Amino acid sequence: MADWNDTIVALATPQGIGAIGVIRLSGERAWVIANELFPSKNLLLQPTHTMHVGLLKDGPHVLDEVVVSLFKGPRSYTGEDVVEISCHGSPYVLQQVVQASIHHGARMAKPGEYTQRAFLNGKLDLAQAEAVADLIASNSAASQHTALANMRGGFSDILKGLRDQLIKFSALIELELDFSQEDVEFVDRTAFYVLIDVALQTTTRLLKSFQLGNVIKNGVKVAIVGKPNAGKSTLLNTLLNENRAIVSEIAGTTRDTIEEVLNIQGILFRLVDTAGIREHTSDVIERIGIERSKGAMDSADLIIYLVDLSAISPSELDDLTLEIGARNKPFVLVGNKADLAGGSDFSDDLLRISAKDPQSVEALKDRMVSLVASGGINTEDVVVTNARHYQALQAVQQSLVDIRNGMDSGLPGDLLALDIRRCLHFLGEITGEVSNDELLGWIFERFCIGK
Amino acid sequence: MFPHYDVIVVGAGHAGCEAAASAANMGSKVLLITMNMQTIAQMSCNPAMGGIAKGQIVREIDAMGGYSGIVSDRSTIQFRMLNRSKGPAMWSPRAQNDRMLFATVWRELLEQTPNVDFYQDMVKGLLVKHGRVEGVITGLGHEIKAKSVVLTNGTFLNGVIHIGEKQFGGGRVAEKAATGITEQLVDLGFESDRLKTGTPPRIDGRSLDYSKMTEQKGDDTVVGFSFLDIPRVKPEQQRSCWITYTSPEVHDILKTGFDRSPMYQGRIQGIGPRYCPSIEDKINRFAERDRHQLFVEPEGWNTVEIYVNGFSTSLPESVQYEALRMVPGFENCRMFRPGYAIEYDYFPPTQLKYSLETKLISNLFFAGQINGTTGYEEAACQGLMAGINAHLAAKEKDALILKRSEAYIGVLIDDLISKGTEEPYRMFTSRAEYRTLLRQDNADLRLTELSYNLGLASEERMEKVKQKQAQVEYLKGKLTEVSLEPEEVNAYLEDNNSAAISQKQKVHQLLLRPGISLDTMYLSVPRLKEILGEMGIETLEQADIQIKYDVYIQKEKEMVARMGQMEDLTIPENFNYDKIHSLSAEARQKFGRIRPGTLGQASRISGVTPSDVQILMVYMGR
Repeated sequence: MADWNDTIVALATPQGIGAIGVIRLSGERAWVIANELFPSKNLLLQPTHTMHVGLLKDGPHVLDEVVVSLFKGPRSYTGEDVVEISCHGSPYVLQQVVQASIHHGARMAKPGEYTQRAFLNGKLDLAQAEAVADLIASNSAASQHTALANMRGGFSDILKGLRDQLIKFSALIELELDFSQEDVEFVDRTAFYVLIDVALQTTTRLLKSFQLGNVIKNGVKVAIVGKPNAGKSTLLNTLLNENRAIVSEIAGTTRDTIEEVLNIQGILFRLVDTAGIREHTSDVIERIGIERSKGAMDSADLIIYLVDLSAISPSELDDLTLEIGARNKPFVLVGNKADLAGGSDFSDDLLRISAKDPQSVEALKDRMVSLVASGGINTEDVVVTNARHYQALQAVQQSLVDIRNGMDSGLPGDLLALDIRRCLHFLGEITGEVSNDELLGWIFERFCIGK
Repeated sequence: MFPHYDVIVVGAGHAGCEAAASAANMGSKVLLITMNMQTIAQMSCNPAMGGIAKGQIVREIDAMGGYSGIVSDRSTIQFRMLNRSKGPAMWSPRAQNDRMLFATVWRELLEQTPNVDFYQDMVKGLLVKHGRVEGVITGLGHEIKAKSVVLTNGTFLNGVIHIGEKQFGGGRVAEKAATGITEQLVDLGFESDRLKTGTPPRIDGRSLDYSKMTEQKGDDTVVGFSFLDIPRVKPEQQRSCWITYTSPEVHDILKTGFDRSPMYQGRIQGIGPRYCPSIEDKINRFAERDRHQLFVEPEGWNTVEIYVNGFSTSLPESVQYEALRMVPGFENCRMFRPGYAIEYDYFPPTQLKYSLETKLISNLFFAGQINGTTGYEEAACQGLMAGINAHLAAKEKDALILKRSEAYIGVLIDDLISKGTEEPYRMFTSRAEYRTLLRQDNADLRLTELSYNLGLASEERMEKVKQKQAQVEYLKGKLTEVSLEPEEVNAYLEDNNSAAISQKQKVHQLLLRPGISLDTMYLSVPRLKEILGEMGIETLEQADIQIKYDVYIQKEKEMVARMGQMEDLTIPENFNYDKIHSLSAEARQKFGRIRPGTLGQASRISGVTPSDVQILMVYMGR
């Protein structure tokens, strides 16, 4: 068994140069260690939830001028004694402070260990703890928002509501079964239909939000495709240059492609397979590029199809629109070189830009964001982001369908109850199990049972 | 005067009798000690066995070689299979019994069981040495030695009876309470508490007007409890029960006695069962209801005594009497015995291991109401298990623990030990998470072999089960092959409100239709009988259920497998919960006290939250 009572330390803000950096200590000796580094005041005598300015010193050596925030357990993030030290953001200074803490008896925290401790101390439930992990990994405003909502229990709350309804349903069915010999009135089945329908709607909505949840967590996969010379690379460069400061190169899901990541208005877009589009020096490579483009369209959440307006006729464009539309995916048909083609014969759906003009590309960005937002995607809503939850919810949905089918075919109550229990069980994989005592308690409170 | 016994059983109620029988049938030398040889196997409350969930338990007891099913079948005056209109998991056998015959048959069977000795005396203490029980001390001063002791004291430990403002010591009305055992066990470190239960008045059947009540007849076919061929009551000979109701007038009279009720005056401290409330409780808690159902049940073949089921009360006798006289059909009733409430000691069952052996004193077992349960069936099945495990302990063998997925008995004991109980515990089917597997029809298929391998269930039982199993498998296979022509089966289908077929169809397919069953088809379609040969109704029914409900049975088996991981994750016996500060204080304390054997058991402990279990899981995973 690991020792959970030691004190851990780690940088709580992202690595890199920022205005300030926060170092967090958590554990039995958190206050003691902080106090040893903070000679101007005896922190041990200070009340919880207070902040103190002063010099941080390791022996005679001044590390930084800092603000120390004190939290006494259990009223802290981890439920243990916690100290947060806000330093100036130089990586060197931060490193020095962490080293000094370790020198005074702290241990470097493992990834996720703060959350794990918070969970073990009952500060977060499993769904919340998983949301924290998502929050930490979040790299866009929308995903941060969702993770925050989940952490505060938004998702748990909805499931709890669902669970309460099902417990009631289940208890009423059990009443019919265990107390069929009693003189109690059983409940009208039509109320059950309503209940199951509501539950199904809720579940379906949550399941749908998983796709959105994934989008928020992992980013929207965008494929930029089009014929050679349509201006794909120009567009890409314009999109990326504009955002150079917040663009990074990350390894994609497929090993041999590099994806460009782009944050527009808080939503993360992953421009897929751009490497294939960029390399078009020879025919052979171009052909490979076309193959790749098709593959990219298949795996994308959103397609940007670029056409050269100076090299396409309105009827050709209409055909193309149908062809892409057949893929059943959100897409933007972008007419490039609008400045060169004067014609207004093209349909209104076409977005006219000039790929090299950042100003005109803004319209494309707006369209991309609005497509994500309109695809049933509402970033204010509670969202399922966790694959484990998704699978459990799928099973919940299946058992709800089984229950409704069972009611339609006049299935005996004990078999209906079996599906309800399965439903509650799968729900319990997210929220915690329902005990049989809960059902019986519900019955005894409301019905006069017993000869 | 006494030999050194393997097992001593204290108390000869439903639990004690089963304990003595099972231990003796496994080969132990058994002594059954009772305060009164005339009251062996009394039905202290209603003259009935079985019912929903309880009937399943009796079938399980029988499948394992216990006697309750046989005794009930031989003393049945009315039999009903409850819940026939529901799925097979809900079918629940219930019998109305001849109270005196029931006790006589039990005593007869015990006297015929080799290895069972009897002795009439009151046990007032235990012989305990080095944390292990070595025998008992009786009121007459005998020290009797044994390797294992089973306590089944029922409501007798410091029993106090209440009728209105009167109260007196007693284990049942007109029977002495038992003293000494609770005090000694508490000195040894046991925790005891009080529970309460009640019983209704008994009436002279000759004074009732049945024309004002609704008759409730027995079934046309008497299935019974035992899987053995026991002579059963003939359908046409069965006695009827009758249904009538209380009224606002009845309630008004009862209310006049409330100020003298021991419950409302606070003289009774023990907690009563929520699902078996007294009539005064029902009126009080459900004031909006203007009537409550009463079942008028005959007490036997040769008596006029009537049991008024639903009218349990501890109000003054005169109030009971006046109120009853307002009930339709009871206008001229004469009372034989008043209803009463009884308070008694029990030992919260979290102090036991899953074998029913106490954690504090080895080789000491508790069964029945002493563990906080209520009901003959609940007591009997604990007696059976305590008898088995007392024998196994005497022979220094591993205990038998039934799983929740194997038997209602497993559910009951697991509930008691993992959760404890604050009110008298009764079985409900909703307590079992695998109800579809734990049916009354397959109790033998589930349990007989297991019991046979332990040396309890007889050769005869095992042979019967094997034969049933083989025939059912044969039938299931055959019915996927055999097809019936429209002209062979359409008349039968139409008779049972099922659509006719236009081309031949497999029997297997036809059985999936609602309202169609193999036993009725077998009787109506001659060619089916020719093909399948001579088959018993039980076999036909079993094959029918297994075919019809296959989807659900498989779903539940899948759940068992899913949960199996948790059930198989064992927690070391000396696991130190105090070191896990992150557990809630309640969970830490309860884990430490109950010492769950598996993660599954830990998760069922009351007050333990899913996050406590997750924390435990995290620790165990490391």
